[in-house]
Amino acid sequence: MAAWIANPAWLLIIGGLLLPLFGYRLRCALLLIVPAVAGAWLLQMPRPLTVETELLGYALTPLRLDGLSFVFALIFLIAAFLTGLFMLSNRSRLEPAATLVYAGAAVAAALAGDLLTLFLYWEATALASVLIILANGPQTWRVSLRYLIVQVASGLLLLTGALVYFRSTGSLAFDHLGLDAPGGWLIFFAFGIKAAFPFLHNWLQDAYPAASPTGTVALSAFTTKLAIYALARGYAGTEILIPIGALMTAFPIFYAVIENDLRRVLAYSLNNQLGFMVVGVGIGTELALNGTAAHAFTHILYKALLFMSMGAVLYRAGTVKGSELGGLYKSMPWTMVFCVVGAASISAFPLFSGFISKSLILSSAGYQGLWFVWLVLVFASAGVFHHSGIKIPFFAFFAHDSGIRCKEAPWNMLLAMGITAALCIGIGAFPDPLYDILPYAVDYEPYTGGHVLAQMQLLLFSALAFTVLMRTGIYPPELRSTNLDSDWIYRRMLPAAIDRIALVMEMVFDGLGRAGRRAGAALAREGSDVMPGRTWPVGSMALWVAALLATLLIFGIFLDGA
Amino acid sequence: MSEPSDRGKGWIEQPKNVDRIVYALYAICAVVFALDLLVERHEYLGFANWFGFYAWYGFVACVGLVIAAKGLRRLLMRPEDYYDETAPGHHKREDEH
Repeated sequence: MAAWIANPAWLLIIGGLLLPLFGYRLRCALLLIVPAVAGAWLLQMPRPLTVETELLGYALTPLRLDGLSFVFALIFLIAAFLTGLFMLSNRSRLEPAATLVYAGAAVAAALAGDLLTLFLYWEATALASVLIILANGPQTWRVSLRYLIVQVASGLLLLTGALVYFRSTGSLAFDHLGLDAPGGWLIFFAFGIKAAFPFLHNWLQDAYPAASPTGTVALSAFTTKLAIYALARGYAGTEILIPIGALMTAFPIFYAVIENDLRRVLAYSLNNQLGFMVVGVGIGTELALNGTAAHAFTHILYKALLFMSMGAVLYRAGTVKGSELGGLYKSMPWTMVFCVVGAASISAFPLFSGFISKSLILSSAGYQGLWFVWLVLVFASAGVFHHSGIKIPFFAFFAHDSGIRCKEAPWNMLLAMGITAALCIGIGAFPDPLYDILPYAVDYEPYTGGHVLAQMQLLLFSALAFTVLMRTGIYPPELRSTNLDSDWIYRRMLPAAIDRIALVMEMVFDGLGRAGRRAGAALAREGSDVMPGRTWPVGSMALWVAALLATLLIFGIFLDGA
Repeated sequence: MSEPSDRGKGWIEQPKNVDRIVYALYAICAVVFALDLLVERHEYLGFANWFGFYAWYGFVACVGLVIAAKGLRRLLMRPEDYYDETAPGHHKREDEH
């Protein structure tokens, strides 16, 4: 038992479980002190460190602290602290409690040294995070259910893959797996769902904007970056990740340009940033893996900052629809400044954090001669500046005056944004402390004249494009709308298809029934007693189709394992 | 002197000042483009050494992105209540409590 509990992550989990019992002031204290103490604990732990134990005859590794897991555990704890500070003004009991448990589970999963432990915490993040969405009110019920189904499916794939792997190798150790490992594809897809691979991605854009102004900040930090960590651990150098990641950087930005809900715009750009990290894992060189870890670190901060600023806008102005906002710089000047810092960081302006982390990944693609991937990544870099760097601050704080007048964000939100913004600039201007904790030794200088000039050309001419498009009226206006994405398949197409199949089958059975009745009547005249045919209700037909599909799924899993 | 209709508007909202900002951006872009003559870039991929590569690539990429995304709207855009669910993005302001 001690082998499990002696882990900084458990401070957060226990703190979160106890939090609802206390009054508001004590809850606030817990929300800040627990991540801080856990962070101090993590920093003084020796590295590398492995804690092994046995459970029901399985050799497990509840804790493995090395270069890679340290970076992720540390940034998760920093994010937990900043999210907690941002959340202080939220009087809900459920949301902060779920946030602490969620952060704790994410830290524990990053520190897990075997697949079974990873699975347990992997599912714990799913359960805790869905509570954060649900805490925003009953209208989130359906989206929470969709979110939970996807997350649990990822966990089941991971468990099945782990069992297949264990049956072949006799080991549960979570080290490099690769696609050729037994169960390798199953675990790959489990990670891919949470990393929001193309076509497995839409749970993210669907669910994140549904949480409360503070809850979305918590959601943005952990699940997807845990998946990036898991990919880096298990699938470094897996080449198929390079095209997957490149696609991820590119396609969400088209959606981001036309999306009206500014927090959903941020969810699309989150997806795009994950793409850079996935490419880094796919390249798999020391430079690229350093890039992935560094980019996850900086990304968690600037993405949290952007979600905080839009959360503050939602909290005060009552909406984050681009079509209804504008001119807020007058009411919320500090929030605007912090938002611009986040925007500059995600756009990778020199002296801001994104610049010193994304460069590692882009350079490693260049060194490998992956010119096409490199071109896609540079395109995506320009695109992310376009929608996160310009569109978000422009439509929220400037554009035309919407007439909304509200108060500036509360002090705790401003303080959380201020600290996060300071970290974004600090890391960008002084990258060495971050470079020093990366998994491999860093021999890289981001601030060369040529590199800075190249980035400034890219960004300024992207801004020029935005300006020209705005002034010529070509830029599409913000419109109240829903844009179809892959969730359409399971929210519209499949239900409609099942209804149609059910309808056809009902007609068939109806026909058979009528024929039966006629035959029965004919037979009855002959003096026989045949049961009259009956119609089947659509609901039970849909249930049978679902049962059939579930059976096929179970067979599929067993066949794959065999 | 600002136009009477501009009274009550912030500095940044006055069309005259917006023009100033835009011209400043044009000027900065021109300078950064010209700096390619002076600063030596060492690119691993040969084509990235072309004069002003990042400038024109960034510009073309963004114009292409926006025009393509605008076209995508025709294919993808539906009314806000398409899924019969409360669309997120609204929050009760506390002065409405």
